[in-house]
Amino acid sequence: MRLLLAVMAALVLAPVAAACPSAADLEGELICPTCKTTLDQSDAPAARRIKSLIRQRVAECASEQEIKDELVAQFGPAVLAAPPRQGFHWLAWILPLAGLLGAALVISLLVWRWSRARTAEAAAESNGRLPLDPELERRLDQELARFDG
Amino acid sequence: MTGRLKGAAQVLALALVAGLLALLVWKLATQDEGAASKLGRGETPPAPSFRLDRLDQHGKLSLASYRGRPVVLNFWASWCVPCKEEAPLLESVWQRYRDRGLIVLGVDINDLRGDARRFARQNKMSYPLVYDGPGNTTTRYGLTGVPETFFVARSGKLVCERLQAGVHLEGNKDRFHDCVQEVLGA
Repeated sequence: MRLLLAVMAALVLAPVAAACPSAADLEGELICPTCKTTLDQSDAPAARRIKSLIRQRVAECASEQEIKDELVAQFGPAVLAAPPRQGFHWLAWILPLAGLLGAALVISLLVWRWSRARTAEAAAESNGRLPLDPELERRLDQELARFDG
Repeated sequence: MTGRLKGAAQVLALALVAGLLALLVWKLATQDEGAASKLGRGETPPAPSFRLDRLDQHGKLSLASYRGRPVVLNFWASWCVPCKEEAPLLESVWQRYRDRGLIVLGVDINDLRGDARRFARQNKMSYPLVYDGPGNTTTRYGLTGVPETFFVARSGKLVCERLQAGVHLEGNKDRFHDCVQEVLGA
């Protein structure tokens, strides 16, 4: 009976414990306002005070979002190590991805053109001659036509 | 077709470089060097304006509301040890000269609001206090840390000099009193 109660208590309390954020995680996601590094890398007085507040709020089992909101209300959005995914801040997430995609596209295009040129060159070489200049080819055709005529 | 594509890509690349260059020039041209630098060169720049939440009561307070009165503008934070040490001197100057119109205004920066209120209570700071948690005023004034103290004349211009570190310190104390007199007479 006692064992059953213990198991039931563990089952009831487990989700609550899991819902409490980790102070260490939060310290890696928040910036010290005076030294501009994440809190976990800072020992500045301001950082120490914020870490102390985080630990207090974690002990009270405040959610990660609640703690972040409280700090943003006091220090502004610059206290977040990563910009929030909303409004103008989306640019900070989208631009690097767009840059990478653009660069990949340009490189693919260049590689494709280079490989096509190499194929054409190889085909010409396999026939034992280089491809004719279109103007020269036109003049040759004219001469041949005149010869035939 | 390929030639046209190549030309378009070149124009696009040039436009991108020109755009980035223009952005750099604009940033450099409009970059605020901070009022402290101008004051250090002997200029009397206008004190950068602000409108901030009050710490000592509800509502907001703007520096402009003190136009016509001399202001001792002190930047502080609760986690700063010299700020605690200089607080009694600032309080005594406020008590002594408030009848002559002097305002001592404390700007709490990069701080937790609760800590700042507790600090003010413990150190018996009765002069007006405002809260700048994000530290938006720091760049405009050109602060390098806390505490720092500026003096704003009745005209709204910064005068005398910027005092870095505590005003109670030997190296600063006389200058602090001189600047208070200067700002009272200005």
